[in-house]
Amino acid sequence: MAGLNLSRRLFRNGCATILLYLLMASVALLLAGITAFLIRNGWSVLSWEFLTQPPRDAMTRGGIYTPLIGSIQLIAVAMAFAFPVGVLTAVYLVEWARDGLFTRTLRLAVRSLAGVPSVVFGLFGLSFFVITLGFGASLLSAGLTLGCLALPVIVGASEAALTAVPKDYRDASYAMGATKWQTIYKVILPAAFPSILTGAILAVGRVAGETAPIIFTGAAFFTPRIAQSLLEPVMALPYHILVLATAGTAIDKTRPIQYGTILVLLALVLGVTFAGVLYRARLRLKKQ
Amino acid sequence: MNNVNVRQTIDAELEGLRRNLLNLANLAGEAVKKALWALCEQDKALAREVIDADDDLDRRALRIDEDCLRFIARFQPVAQDLRTVSAISHMAIDLERIGDLGVNVAKSAVRLADRPFVKPLIDIPRMGEILQEMIDAAMRAFINGDAEEAKRACAMDDTIDDLERQVFREMLLMMMEKPRIIEDGTALITVARTLERAADHVTNLAERVLYVITGKVASASQFRRPKEPRNDNGR
Amino acid sequence: MGKTIKFQTSAMNLWYDRFQALKAIDITISERAVTAFIGPSGCGKSSFLRCLNRMNDFVPGARVEGEVFLDGRNIYDSDQDVITLRRRVGMVFQRPNPFPASIWDNVAYGPRLHGVRNRRELDEIVEKSLRGAAIWDEVKDKLRTPALALSGGQQQRLCIARAIAVEPEVLLMDEPTSALDPMATARIEELVRTLKERFTVAIVTHNMQQAARISDETAFFLDGEIIESGPTHLIFTSPRDGRTEDYITGRFG
Repeated sequence: MAGLNLSRRLFRNGCATILLYLLMASVALLLAGITAFLIRNGWSVLSWEFLTQPPRDAMTRGGIYTPLIGSIQLIAVAMAFAFPVGVLTAVYLVEWARDGLFTRTLRLAVRSLAGVPSVVFGLFGLSFFVITLGFGASLLSAGLTLGCLALPVIVGASEAALTAVPKDYRDASYAMGATKWQTIYKVILPAAFPSILTGAILAVGRVAGETAPIIFTGAAFFTPRIAQSLLEPVMALPYHILVLATAGTAIDKTRPIQYGTILVLLALVLGVTFAGVLYRARLRLKKQ
Repeated sequence: MNNVNVRQTIDAELEGLRRNLLNLANLAGEAVKKALWALCEQDKALAREVIDADDDLDRRALRIDEDCLRFIARFQPVAQDLRTVSAISHMAIDLERIGDLGVNVAKSAVRLADRPFVKPLIDIPRMGEILQEMIDAAMRAFINGDAEEAKRACAMDDTIDDLERQVFREMLLMMMEKPRIIEDGTALITVARTLERAADHVTNLAERVLYVITGKVASASQFRRPKEPRNDNGR
Repeated sequence: MGKTIKFQTSAMNLWYDRFQALKAIDITISERAVTAFIGPSGCGKSSFLRCLNRMNDFVPGARVEGEVFLDGRNIYDSDQDVITLRRRVGMVFQRPNPFPASIWDNVAYGPRLHGVRNRRELDEIVEKSLRGAAIWDEVKDKLRTPALALSGGQQQRLCIARAIAVEPEVLLMDEPTSALDPMATARIEELVRTLKERFTVAIVTHNMQQAARISDETAFFLDGEIIESGPTHLIFTSPRDGRTEDYITGRFG
C-alpha cells in the first residue's frame, strides 16, 4: 500500500517539477525575446557619441545626452526627497505610533498610494508643486512628483525591514540604558539598512521608467542643454522615448534612436540596481 | 512527557536500591541472630556458616554502594532523592559492619562451644532480640517514611546499653570470685560489647532514616534518655 | 558573613492587563552573590527578572504594584529615571544577541551611549570588559571582525562583556545558557562564579543542576508566586515545601 501511495506521490512530484520548469522557461524566453528585439533594433545607434551628444535635427540625429543626464537628475531629486521622508515615516509607524485609528489610517493611505495610477501623481504634482508652490514645470517639481511615487514603496519596504529587526537587538540596547532614539539610530536603522536599501532600489527602478508623472511637471520635449538649476525643466529618457515614438516627423529615422534610448534606459536602471545590490552585499559582509 | 518517564525511571531505580538494602538488612540481622543461636546452642557448624556467609554480605553491601554512586552520576538527584540515595549508601556500610560484628560473635561461639557455660545465658540472647527489633524498626521506618518508628529504634539503644552493663558487672563479680573462668567470662563480655556496638550502628541507620524523612540532620541522643554521669568505673 | 541586601521587593504584583503574572512577591537579593530563579515555564520567573530593570515597561498592559527597592530606593517611584536604572542593572538574554557590528563596536556601544568619546578610554573599557567576560584571549586579535562570526558561546560571553562595559551593579541573566552546548554552558557558569566578585547576579534558569552549581541562593517560582527561597544547598537537599520537592525531583514541570 505504501508502494502504491509512494509511486503516486512521486508521479505528482514529477509533474509539478516539470510544470514549474516550463513556467520558468517561458518567462525567461519572454524576457530574452524582448531584450533580443531591443538589441537588434537599437544596437546600431549605440556609440560613445550617442551618450555624449544632445539630440539634433528634430531628433533624427545626435545622441541622448540631455535626457540621460535629466533622468539621472530626476532620480537624484526624487530619492533625495523620498528616501529620508519614507524611512523616517516607516520609523514613526514602527517605533512610535501606537496602534490606533490614526496609525491605521496612515498605513492604509500609504498602501493605497502605491496603487494609485501614476498619471494621478502627475496631476497632483501639477496642481501642488507646479502651481500651488510655484515651482513651475521644473526638475524640482518633476523630481518631487516622482518622489511621491516612490514614497509608498520605500515606506513599505522600510516598515518591513524595521519590523524584521530582531527584538533581541532592541532589548540589548535598552537594557544598557539607551534611549529610544539612540536605539533606533545606532542599532535598528543600521541593522535594517540593507533591506531598506532593497526597497530604495526597487523604487529607483519604478521612478526611472515613469513618464506620466513628469509630462505635466517638468519634463521637456526638448532643451538645448542640461538643467543648471532645480527650477529648469529637464529632458528625461522615458519621455524622450515617448516623443520619439509618437511625435517625430521622420519616424523611420528616429526608430533606431528610439530603441537605442530604451536600451540605455534599461542599462541605467540595471546599473543603479546593480550598484545598490553590490553596496548591500558589502554592508552585509561587513556585519556577518 | 519525557520528564515523567525520567521520573518513573528514577522511582524504579530507587525502589531497586531500597529492596537491595532491605535484603542486606535481613542478612545482617540473620548473621547476628544465627551467631547468637550458635553461641547458645554451642553449634559450631552454624557459627562457621555465619562466618562463611559474611563474604556474600560484604559483596552485596559493596554492590549497593556502587549502585548508589552510579545512580548519582546518572540522575544527579536532589532533595529527597538525594537524601535517600545518600542514606542508602551509608546504611549499606553500617549494615555491613553489623554483619561483621555477627561474625565476631560467631567466632566467640566457636571458641566457647567446647565447654559448658560459666553461667546460663539470659541477658545476651535478650540483647540479640532487642537488636533484631531495632534493625526491624529502623528498616520499617525507612520503607514507610515513619519518623516516630525511627525514633523508637534509637530509644531502644538505652536497653541494650543497660543489658551490656549488666552482663559486664555480673561477669566481673563472677570472675573475681572464680579467676579460672576469666577466659570465658571475658569472651562473654566481648560478645555483649559487640552486640552493643552493633546497636550503635543501628542507631546510625535510624539517624539516616530520620534525615531522609525530615531533611534535618538528627542525632540519636535526642531520642534517648538524658545522659547521666556514669558510676561504674569499669569503662 | 554580613550580607548586604541589593534588591528587596515588598508585596509586588505584576499584571498583564487582567492577568496577574506575579503575586505578592517578597524576596531579597543579596549583594555580590548569585541568586537563581527556578520554576516551570510560565511561572513568572523571567517576568520577575524583567521587573528588576523595568524591561517590562515595554510590554503593553504591564502594570506593577507594590515596591521594588534597589539599595533602599523604590525603582517604581515616579522620579526614578529608567535610563539610569538600566545602566545600574544590566541584562543578558536567553539567545546571544550581539549587534551586527564588530566585536569592538559591540562592547563600546554602552559606554558610547553614556558619553564616552575618547578613543583610548574606549579601548581600555573594551579590553577590561572582554577580560571580565573571559573572552579577551579569544578575540583580542580580531576586535574589528563581525561579532556574528563568533560561536554561540563566544557570542554570549561577548554579550556579557557588552553588559558589564557600562559598569552595572547588578547583572540579570535570563536563561543565558539555554541556547548553548554543554561546553559553552560550562564556560558561562564558570564566568558567573567570577562575576559575583564584582556584581550582584540574578539568573533565571531552566536547568536545576545549573542553579545548584552556580547560585548561592535560590527562589522557586510557581504560578506567579515564590513558593520557597533560601540558601541553594538547603533548597536542593531539604526543601521545606512539597511543591519545591516535587519540582526539583522532576515530579512535574
